[in-house]
Amino acid sequence: MDLFNAFIQILDSTIRLSVPLLLACLAGLYSERAGIFDIGLEGKMLVGAFAGAAAASVFHSALLGLGMAILISVAFAMIHGFASITHRGNQIVSGVAINFIAAGSTIMLGQHWFQQGGRTPALAPGERFGAITWPGADALRDVPILGPIYAELISGHSILVYIAFLMVPFTWWVLFRTRFGLRLRAVGENPAAVDTAGISVAWLRYRALICTGVLTGIAGAYLSMVQNGGFVKDMTAGKGYIALAALIFAKWKPVNAMFACLLFGFLDALSIRLQGTPLPVIGKVPVQFMQALPYVLTVILLAGFIGKAIPPRAGGVPYVKER
Amino acid sequence: MSTPYAKLPAWADYGLIPVINLAVAFVVAGFVVMLVGENPFRAAVILVEGAFGKGQGIAFTLFYATTFIFSGLSVAVAAHCGLFNIGGEGQGYIAGLGIGIVCLAFDSVLPWWLTFPIAIIAAAAMGALWALIPAYLQAKRGSHIVITTIMFNFIAASVMVYALVGFLKPPSSMAPQTRTFLDGAQLPKLNWVIELFGAKIRSAPLNISFLLALVMAFLVWLLIWRTRLGYEMRTYGHSPKAARYAGISETRIIIIAMMISGALAGMMALNPTMGDQHNVALDFVSGAGFVGIAVALMGRLHPVGIVLAAILFGMLYQGGAELAFEMPAISRDMIVIIQGLVILFAGALEHMFRPYVQALFASISPRSVGIEAAKGKGA
Repeated sequence: MDLFNAFIQILDSTIRLSVPLLLACLAGLYSERAGIFDIGLEGKMLVGAFAGAAAASVFHSALLGLGMAILISVAFAMIHGFASITHRGNQIVSGVAINFIAAGSTIMLGQHWFQQGGRTPALAPGERFGAITWPGADALRDVPILGPIYAELISGHSILVYIAFLMVPFTWWVLFRTRFGLRLRAVGENPAAVDTAGISVAWLRYRALICTGVLTGIAGAYLSMVQNGGFVKDMTAGKGYIALAALIFAKWKPVNAMFACLLFGFLDALSIRLQGTPLPVIGKVPVQFMQALPYVLTVILLAGFIGKAIPPRAGGVPYVKER
Repeated sequence: MSTPYAKLPAWADYGLIPVINLAVAFVVAGFVVMLVGENPFRAAVILVEGAFGKGQGIAFTLFYATTFIFSGLSVAVAAHCGLFNIGGEGQGYIAGLGIGIVCLAFDSVLPWWLTFPIAIIAAAAMGALWALIPAYLQAKRGSHIVITTIMFNFIAASVMVYALVGFLKPPSSMAPQTRTFLDGAQLPKLNWVIELFGAKIRSAPLNISFLLALVMAFLVWLLIWRTRLGYEMRTYGHSPKAARYAGISETRIIIIAMMISGALAGMMALNPTMGDQHNVALDFVSGAGFVGIAVALMGRLHPVGIVLAAILFGMLYQGGAELAFEMPAISRDMIVIIQGLVILFAGALEHMFRPYVQALFASISPRSVGIEAAKGKGA
């Protein structure tokens, strides 16, 4: 029973740790499916986290915080769009620039506004998204096996967690069952064909980036307003890049993305849990090995040893209407 | 990839456009300074004075520039071959492992001028090795070099923590860093060169690896524009199809270009470790690999431009430190914002002002933008 409880706890933290990855990963899915590489997921999450926590603590409202997180994150996505769609700049360079600007400006403005060394003030309970307890969760807690699963895994998360997981079927529906999704995928594979059909490539890609900005904004808000209760500098700590890795791991598909993010979240949860504890058979696993595992797995996948990851064909190439 | 933009005279292409882009980046940075309630003009004066006002400042500026020359050259060599090496950070970091082992082994037995070449080889070899796997995967399995090099940055970080905690740090110490290197692994300072001009320097970390950086800049110029290999790299970068048609081996050229790029990135680790801190510490690269992207873009991938851009960024780092000291509202993170803006305007938005500049040139002198030739009257 102890083992079972430990397992439930690891799964619970897996869910908590994979939510920001999942949101960022789906964000990347929209833009990469539309043919825009986005290295700047990290930066957009960071500004989202900062804007969310800052607005929530100033206006004392979690919802306003979330709104601001989305707004600022979309604004940064639009900078990316302006550089890489309108001016046909290098998408990777633009993403790197966004990461730099985000890292610097969040600390600068945070220090200027709140004078706490780049942090935002700690958020009061009303200013963050609290946990939602599902009906009967406490009553069922003592039921063996099913009780803890219901009470710990399904119930007791914040609203953003459920939104993140609902975004998976929603994204699938948008991409594969709507006209917008069909066009979005087409513009990532063959923009010239979309253009010939009389649809604006630029506007379509801008809309894809708006979706990206909204989702990275929610991801950022989750980090600073659910997981942490305030903004801390560089709090994304490479999650944007892991999300990118998960996106490749998922072969640019929404449901796969969920499993990839859960896997990477699980590795993270496991490495926290196993710190210093020896495993049976293998012996003591260095923490660094567990931390590097998502990246190593992605490289192995990219090398084509676990199936082949084929990116959208027009990814990274600016569309030039006429030569 | 052919650019959808018409030609400009070379001096405008390599001089005017970068200056305009840089100016815009600084204007936007000025707005950020205003946003936090300081005077941007006074900030600019403090920045430049802090960097070049005293001998001390100049020495620090050149010390920072040394690292950026290496990382800028690293990005440029790969870029000439059409590859975006975003992994300079990891390649430089992992080179610290080679440097650490060499220095710990030889610093008590060899003089610095024997340790230094061995350390250079070790750093370059480790950096090249770290670039080899992404290069091989790009060449043979078609996996995107940008993604793999990013992944390798993170893997390098994990490996280095493991190495520093596991065996590089002295057993008695808690801090994840090597012991201080003895005299045999400390590079001589170059401050006396600046003192020759009459400036006074208390202590600054400018060291002999600055000269190595300049030599490397010259060698990169030689490689790219004066050797057959460089020609092949530029051909591949310009048009992989043409290169294939000309019988250039894709695998070979990608792997060689990336290994040279990785080696240069690896050498940047010499400056902060052997030249300044005299140890290998956690996260000693601290973003210099990414600065290389900005430096290479700013310098238009030419070694001369890269040295100038590296000095500019050295100035930002040194002057930025002074600025943070003089103006409490501005922290050193201002440099990070400026870097981002430079990357944005000189890199991603490099074509933004080009049409206007072209229109200007066309109205002043149509021949300079090749309009006459296009009409068939000229050549």
